[in-house]
Amino acid sequence: MVVWSEQERSIINSIFSSLDYNDAGPKALSRCLIVYPWTQRYFASFGNLYNAEAIKSNPNVQAHGIKVLHGLDRAVKNMDNIKATYAELSVLHSEKLHVDPDNFKLLADCLTIVIAAKMGSAFTPEVQAAFQKFLAVVVSALGKQYH
Amino acid sequence: MLSKKEKKLIKEIWERLTPVAEEIGSDALLRMFTSYPGTKTYFSHLDISPGSTHLNSHGKKIVLAIAEGAKDISQLTVTLAPLQTLHAYQLRIDPTNFKLLSHCMLVTLACYLGEEFTPVAHAAMDKYLSAFAAVLSEKYR
Repeated sequence: MVVWSEQERSIINSIFSSLDYNDAGPKALSRCLIVYPWTQRYFASFGNLYNAEAIKSNPNVQAHGIKVLHGLDRAVKNMDNIKATYAELSVLHSEKLHVDPDNFKLLADCLTIVIAAKMGSAFTPEVQAAFQKFLAVVVSALGKQYH
Repeated sequence: MLSKKEKKLIKEIWERLTPVAEEIGSDALLRMFTSYPGTKTYFSHLDISPGSTHLNSHGKKIVLAIAEGAKDISQLTVTLAPLQTLHAYQLRIDPTNFKLLSHCMLVTLACYLGEEFTPVAHAAMDKYLSAFAAVLSEKYR
């Protein structure tokens, strides 16, 4: 069972309550597709992903980035039971989307970088550790129903 | 594989950061110790508390080595030969830890450079740091 300190809860809630989903979502997903190009394999239907500029301005990438980021909302609201909260989403990613669970960590790392770039020095080592702990739990939950 | 453009970009970034090597290096190390406490086991002989002399000098040393390698990436194996020996026979740091420091270095760069740490720069930097770590562990076995 994951144990969260009051400080960690506060950090996570603070980050998400001040998050601009329409900005961070597209940034995180496009960064993932650019930094780890093999992740593009899941987005063949998205159109032009030929180079960084194309990826960044692709409307499908932007819309999907926002959707994925909002997917984290349920984890933020249910921090004490993320595993159960994401059981269904895990099945979806395994059975329907066929996403290699290693990719979840790649997107999580890109989201960390996007948040870090936005928060600057406010993204202290302690804030980073809490945020990474949260994302690690999410990543683990999303991979739980794979068999 | 780093393209010519990427090598140039990496070289430029590290040239700019050399004057603040201590700040960048100590920040990355501190992030690593905070997020990955197991990494502290390699520093039990030093005082690595925030702002300590050891943390600063060690951080500076690491960044200057990374910056030195960036000057001519095609010569990485030559440039890092002494450090390869040091890490393989003396320090014997488990190479998984290089990934952890590389990740924290990327976070430090994102915090320091903000929007300037574009996805293209991030990709190039990630590739460079991976190559650096791979060369560093070449003499391990």
